Amino acid sequence: MSARASPALRYLASRLATTVLIVLGAMVVLFVLTLLVKGDPASVLLGPQATPEVIADFHRRMGLDRPVHERLALFLWNVVQGDLGRDVVSGRPVLDRVLEVLPYTVTLTAVAIGLAVAIGVPLGCYAATHPGTRGDQWLAVASVSVIAIPNFVIAIYLLLVFSIWLNWLPVLGTGSGGWGDSLVRLILPSTALALSWVGYIARLMRTSLLDVLGEPFIRTSRAFGLTERTIVYKYALRNACIPTIAILGLGVGRLLGGAIFVEIIFARPGVGKLIYDAIGTRNYPVVQGSVLVVVVLFVLVNLAVDMSYAWIDPRLRAGQARDRADA
Amino acid sequence: MTAAIVPVADGVAAKVWASATGRIGVVLVALVLAMAVLAPLIAPANPNAIDVSNRFAEPGLAAPMGTDHLGRDLLSRVLHGAQIAMVVALAVIALSLTIGTALGIAAAYAPARTERLFLIVFDVISSFPSLVLALAMVAILGPSLGNVISIVSITFIPHFGRVARAQVLTLKTAPFLEASRAIGVSRLRLVLVHIVPNIMGPLVVLASMDVPVVITIEASLSFLGVGVRPPLASWGTLLYDGYSYLTQSFWPVLFAGLALSVATLGFTLFGEALRDAVDPKQRQVP
Repeated sequence: MSARASPALRYLASRLATTVLIVLGAMVVLFVLTLLVKGDPASVLLGPQATPEVIADFHRRMGLDRPVHERLALFLWNVVQGDLGRDVVSGRPVLDRVLEVLPYTVTLTAVAIGLAVAIGVPLGCYAATHPGTRGDQWLAVASVSVIAIPNFVIAIYLLLVFSIWLNWLPVLGTGSGGWGDSLVRLILPSTALALSWVGYIARLMRTSLLDVLGEPFIRTSRAFGLTERTIVYKYALRNACIPTIAILGLGVGRLLGGAIFVEIIFARPGVGKLIYDAIGTRNYPVVQGSVLVVVVLFVLVNLAVDMSYAWIDPRLRAGQARDRADA
Repeated sequence: MTAAIVPVADGVAAKVWASATGRIGVVLVALVLAMAVLAPLIAPANPNAIDVSNRFAEPGLAAPMGTDHLGRDLLSRVLHGAQIAMVVALAVIALSLTIGTALGIAAAYAPARTERLFLIVFDVISSFPSLVLALAMVAILGPSLGNVISIVSITFIPHFGRVARAQVLTLKTAPFLEASRAIGVSRLRLVLVHIVPNIMGPLVVLASMDVPVVITIEASLSFLGVGVRPPLASWGTLLYDGYSYLTQSFWPVLFAGLALSVATLGFTLFGEALRDAVDPKQRQVP
């Protein structure tokens, strides 16, 4: 690697290494959890009538008769090959079941993030360009409220008001009619999921835009007679976006967690619903596999966000990557 | 020594009270704490007493918040929910603050390699989507108050560990520490008497900011049925029961959601006011 590119490359390498470590850590945790399950999985799954021969056969097939470290190695090897185990109820591969419902969760999360950015950024800009006004103060109160109130409470309240009291929007499911129907059924769930992030983003945009607007290059641009509109939207906004993008990586993880509740409350298919139903039926391989997929998705998004961060802020490419990432 | 912390602690209460949001936070927090402490005294009925003939009663004189799907008195259940929320929040914060601070201090004084290992472990734990992982762990290990507390604590330890380490690093070369070492103060005494009081400020702020998050996680897990076990009344359980019978009665959802929101909003406002009072420079989201 050349001398100029090396800090950036080193940063990339260390980020990749951490990502691998996190995924590995998650796999080990999930494996250890299955060791801690009370009782023999065989008797749990096969029922009390299973004969010793059937149980022994089950143990052999699941590899339960081997030492723990071999089982861990086997588990890791299987996961690397894309084998997340089998659904104990239907016998289908867990990966298939997860991939089946994953698009619903990804759509929900993506629409929610889109909504949060589309609403949060303009609100934050408004607040930053009108600091101290009534509007700014009301926005501050509204932001902290939606941030603080748990999103499953928001989801239930939205359901109560818009579906049950006002009867404006269909309540549950993803609908079976075409695109229009699915889109309408996305409105409440994605709003419920997005609201707290509208608050986060509005606050963050306000703070960072105010910071940027106080910098010398803005004063210089004003002295050059650029219009306020050009200054705010062309120069300041680009710089002010960086913290927001950084927080979105975190946001994806929280939103994936929040999606579980929204999927349950609005009875939508998705990874969250899958995990929840699997918990109810003690279908541990499905819990294990789905959680692993969520963790992998989460760290990959974080990695992507970190990379795009470096792309948007050229200073990072110059080598202060590590310090910035730590801050 | 402690002299360094006094100017910081001095006037913090006044500063918190001086901001409008801080005042609201203090009042809401006081309200929730009062609910939790006084629940057994002021609850009008046994929160678990079932009376099926009186289910889904509207709020009235007999039951100020109405009754749920089993005819249990909602006000009493909401009050006892405050108790659960506070017990879990305080236990988690106390555990993770203590363990995290100890690990953070240890990391700061450990050899470079060990320190790096600590940081990697902190990084890995805090990079998990904690709610999802906690959900899987509690689901597999079995739901109980103890499991919820210990698992959620683990996810919060890195938070405190990292801040404690950073604080110790800035403090390490302070003349008074060198002086105490020079006069032969033991390591343990050095840490407990000289270091801990001086790094507590930011850690307490962090702890207060984490309270609403812990309350939310407990309620979320209970909502999914993997938190505290029935018949214990957690706000999350109340919300789930209410949600299941939403078409029959909306009062349970309304009041349980309100109580939970008052608690998380109150602690958020209080935590932010405390942070601004202790160190205005730390102001940032989230």
